[in-house]
Amino acid sequence: MLKRTPFYDFHVASGGRMVDFAGWEMPIVYRSIVDEHEQTRNSGSIFDVSHMGRVHFTGRDAQAFLNKVCTRNVTDQKVGQSRYALICNAGGGVLDDVIVSRDAKHWLMVCNASNREKLLKYFHDVRHDAGLDFDMADQTESTAMVAIQGPKVIDRVAEHLPVDVRSMKRYHFETGSVMGLIKLTVFRSGYTGEDGVEVILSAKVAPMAMKMLAGKTDRDGGTLRPAGLGARDTLRLEAGMPLYGHELSESIDPLSAGLKWAVDLTKEFVGVERLREIAQAGPKRKLVGLELEGKRIARQGTPVTKDGQVVGEVTSGTLSPTLGKSIAMAYVDASHAAEGSQLSVDLKGTLNPAKTVKLPFYKRPA
Amino acid sequence: MAASAPSDRKYLETHEWHKLEGDGTVTLGITQIAADELTDITYVALPKVGERLSAGKRFGEIESVKATSDLYSGVSGDVIAINDAVAKDPGLVNRDPYATGWMIRVKPANAAELEKLLSAEEYLKRTGH
Repeated sequence: MLKRTPFYDFHVASGGRMVDFAGWEMPIVYRSIVDEHEQTRNSGSIFDVSHMGRVHFTGRDAQAFLNKVCTRNVTDQKVGQSRYALICNAGGGVLDDVIVSRDAKHWLMVCNASNREKLLKYFHDVRHDAGLDFDMADQTESTAMVAIQGPKVIDRVAEHLPVDVRSMKRYHFETGSVMGLIKLTVFRSGYTGEDGVEVILSAKVAPMAMKMLAGKTDRDGGTLRPAGLGARDTLRLEAGMPLYGHELSESIDPLSAGLKWAVDLTKEFVGVERLREIAQAGPKRKLVGLELEGKRIARQGTPVTKDGQVVGEVTSGTLSPTLGKSIAMAYVDASHAAEGSQLSVDLKGTLNPAKTVKLPFYKRPA
Repeated sequence: MAASAPSDRKYLETHEWHKLEGDGTVTLGITQIAADELTDITYVALPKVGERLSAGKRFGEIESVKATSDLYSGVSGDVIAINDAVAKDPGLVNRDPYATGWMIRVKPANAAELEKLLSAEEYLKRTGH
């Protein structure tokens, strides 16, 4: 039985095509992936991201625990601040990529839907083995989460949110309540390459809050419209952001993935010894952006070749709606990872020229 | 939203339609269900005129922002025309899959093969609609 988010009825009423995503019945598309992509780049979209895991940590050793499993140092993290981090195994492979937020009385971790159960089990084991004293509460099904993303989003939602979102810095958050009834935690973050917010609220009031937001945003030709997971994927790909199961996995380390900025090798955490070795020797393979000639798309698993030799593999690819070009991310041997390398992708026997380009493919205008 | 498929043609479970024309040739395309499933189509790879197709074999490929799928023919025969409009504007397949979004026209080697394909009703049933 697939799980449904509190917005299920909203999705169906909005024409969403529902699919199984990591055990959740989620909208892949409402109208057209390209429409929803452009809507997000030009104006703004609302995404239901309630399927993502939300876990609270409280108690004496919560901070020590998070510092042990996260690649980022959380000890100097201030209340109201969020940080992107990786959770690694002892071999330096990525168990998940997460966002850790520090609130006054607890810590919150947002993780991938597909990794939630694996992580919870792993955290229980770490707590037991290290004899740490903290509580862990999975809030995924008692809360809901939406991402509101796009260049016009802040202006459109600011007056409806109970916090001063205009002055909020990126990767910061604040909690407030609407009419003393609906408690919202608003984060200035997202996964589209656009400005915007992510909002967590109680599952019970979520449908009402969506009605309020969707109703308010319907003015002036409905500047904010719902967008599905299909557009979320093409948006994050243009923005050069990794997706677990594609650019990240238990056999890929964060340094090869270009996430050195999210790894603090000066502190101790699970996987750090191996990551120090990799940093010392330099990653054998690196994540690169590829721009293909023509309009064909290289999907995950497509071999990347140079002079007839396989030198890498594509992890994600699409026809970029913003750039009108065929783009992909791929792991290639470090010797071919420099910007401007002329390579090919093997599309079922047809070699299609591709060159390495700088990530991200798209950066929002400053 | 109930799915439908025109009853004047025959289908494969892999979503290709085959329409017998008045001159004995067969036109192939994909169904609205398939086009909707693929979402925004970005590329259609078609065979060349004169190529020989075998029933049940792959004749091309279709790509969307979301996925890449093979195209299959339910009939054997020679390709006598391809739809250049679709090659130039793949979105045509999303907008009008049963008419202007057709893909290839084939001179069938054995017209009886067409009879073995699925009716519209059978196709909808097989694909769970």
